[in-house]
Amino acid sequence: MSDPLLTYLLRLGDDSLILAQRLGELVSHQPDLEEDIAVANLALDLIGQARALYAYAGEVEGRGRTEDDLAFLRDEREFFNAVLCEQPNGDFGQTMARQLLFDAYRLPLMDALTASADETISGVAGKAVKECRYHLQHSITWVVRLGDGTEESHRRMQAGLDAMWRFTDELFTGDEVEATLAASGIAVDPSSLRDPWEATIKEVLARATLERPVDPRQRGGGRQGMHSEHLGHILPEMQFLQRAYPGQSW
Amino acid sequence: MVSAPTLADARDALDTVHDPEVPVLTINDLGILRDVAVEDGAVTVTITPTYSGCPAMDHIKGRIEETLRGVGFADVNVKTVLSPAWTTDWMTEEGKRKLEEFGIASPRPTTVTLRLPIRCPHCGSKDTSEVSRFGSTACKALYRCNACLEPFDHFKEI
Repeated sequence: MSDPLLTYLLRLGDDSLILAQRLGELVSHQPDLEEDIAVANLALDLIGQARALYAYAGEVEGRGRTEDDLAFLRDEREFFNAVLCEQPNGDFGQTMARQLLFDAYRLPLMDALTASADETISGVAGKAVKECRYHLQHSITWVVRLGDGTEESHRRMQAGLDAMWRFTDELFTGDEVEATLAASGIAVDPSSLRDPWEATIKEVLARATLERPVDPRQRGGGRQGMHSEHLGHILPEMQFLQRAYPGQSW
Repeated sequence: MVSAPTLADARDALDTVHDPEVPVLTINDLGILRDVAVEDGAVTVTITPTYSGCPAMDHIKGRIEETLRGVGFADVNVKTVLSPAWTTDWMTEEGKRKLEEFGIASPRPTTVTLRLPIRCPHCGSKDTSEVSRFGSTACKALYRCNACLEPFDHFKEI
């Protein structure tokens, strides 16, 4: 097994980068100007978090790879984001469902990591936790507004939630990487995030008059580099410049 | 002979470095200038980002280096630290005053749980409403005054 710390940093960073790339696709395609600005801001925060995590991952690895190398020169199987983050934007309901499910997980995760025994991780988390709190408030606002809105917005919000639900178990499933690092106080056992996540989701769905989906067809694998078909389509666009013009900078 | 630049020279020079996204504020007003140290003629400046993805950090770093070289420091190091995380509570009173004058509602203290209404920086009315939770930069939200009807930015508390 490779260095668990390196793998853990990539899991955290890849969630941020891949979701940011998805959100970036929406800039100028959102229902209104304010939402265009919102997705750009969400993506920017996530990219900032990814940069700090990748820079540290490069140091931990000790092979001289930079944050850019890690973002632009790894292939699909070397990305360890949860498959939820790579799911298509769909309609606005699906985008917001994905965002709520992610934010409600990421906030308690970053909150717990502020107490990490690793100083760099706790530093990144200390900044990220404030950003995640704001992101979650934003996604809750929309899910409640759409769920408790018109018949059409309710139907689409529920459909988005139903479509994204099968990618949620993976968020709370750890392996020996988290187990090893949690034992030394560096990482958080993902299963411990299930309760705070469930509490947020339960409260939001009640306010939004939405049904909690039940979907036994849970799909994970992202944490081990086994992705859905979508990541393979995200990377060529995201990595095009460095693949076509290696080492290019401006 | 020109004497070697001192810590006071460095601090004075840094008071001319502004945030490119909120140009009315210096990096000291904003509270992102965490430390300045001079040792054996070398100056080390420590800064912290407002948000993880703040795109202004590279620019600010370059401006600090340029400015300090300009006052005679040959050896300039700029360090970026994430911890402790920046908070709007570190903004100086002078900074808040400049923001209001510039037409941006200043951040309220994060330590007070009772949230005061956001005052319009144009007419002073407390009858304002949020238009967008996100604004033209990561640190701002967009508001509108219900009294004078002018839109304005609010520097959000974190």
